[in-house]
Amino acid sequence: MSIVERDEAAPTRTDTEATRQVRQFVPDVDIYETDDSLVLLADVPGVKAEHLSVRLEKNVLTIHGRVDPTDAGGRNLIHAEYETGDYYRVFSLSDEIDQDRIDAKLRNGVLTLRLPKAARAKVRKINVSAES
Amino acid sequence: MAYRWGFVDPWRELRQLQREMNTVFESAFGRPAEAAPPCNVLASENDFLITCEVPGVTLDGLDISVMGDVLTVKGERKPADEVQPEAYHRRERRTRPFNRSIQLPNRVDPENVEAEYEDGVLIVHLSKAAEEKPRKITVKSV
Repeated sequence: MSIVERDEAAPTRTDTEATRQVRQFVPDVDIYETDDSLVLLADVPGVKAEHLSVRLEKNVLTIHGRVDPTDAGGRNLIHAEYETGDYYRVFSLSDEIDQDRIDAKLRNGVLTLRLPKAARAKVRKINVSAES
Repeated sequence: MAYRWGFVDPWRELRQLQREMNTVFESAFGRPAEAAPPCNVLASENDFLITCEVPGVTLDGLDISVMGDVLTVKGERKPADEVQPEAYHRRERRTRPFNRSIQLPNRVDPENVEAEYEDGVLIVHLSKAAEEKPRKITVKSV
């Protein structure tokens, strides 16, 4: 079972209003394996479901989220520790994932992707019967 | 990693390096190098808007308090499932409890605090204390 990160830059996007390039961030992820699937959790704070795209094409999984800046309501930014922009990260999946049954959920800024293992990649337990 | 001309994000590799370094520090010292969620502070004449990126916490996992000119945000996010450490392929997301205090330039009205949590971002709206708000003085012509 493997999931490997690919070093790919996101397509350029320009802010329509300010005509400046939108910053891009690599979201933090956790990936763990259970008996029947791989689970990927990605932190994408500020992304709404309609602005999140998860694409799978030829074993390449692309996560791309867009954040619209907070409406400042005319206020000035007096202290900044983060910037908003796009989240982008690409992984290569092995064939052992059942690509038709991938499930994606977004909740509280966390994307949860369940990547079920294909039947042949699952651990099979073989019962051993004792012969007397 | 190869350098490419026309690179969209020149800092990507640096951030990648930073993340890897953080992982090294975390495993060496047993605690994240950077555990506190990042916050931005916006101000107008009368109020403050503080936004913090805290993905994955639940509302009951957030504790917000205000005293004088200090806003304190405490929280914790719990791992969704019980996962054995050896089951992880990657582990970059932080699950430690955090406790952040942000000192604002003015005292705020503790009775007038509004907080909302949306898409993993906490937004706290604070009004400046009455004595801190600018007063408009009308000049009378004599």
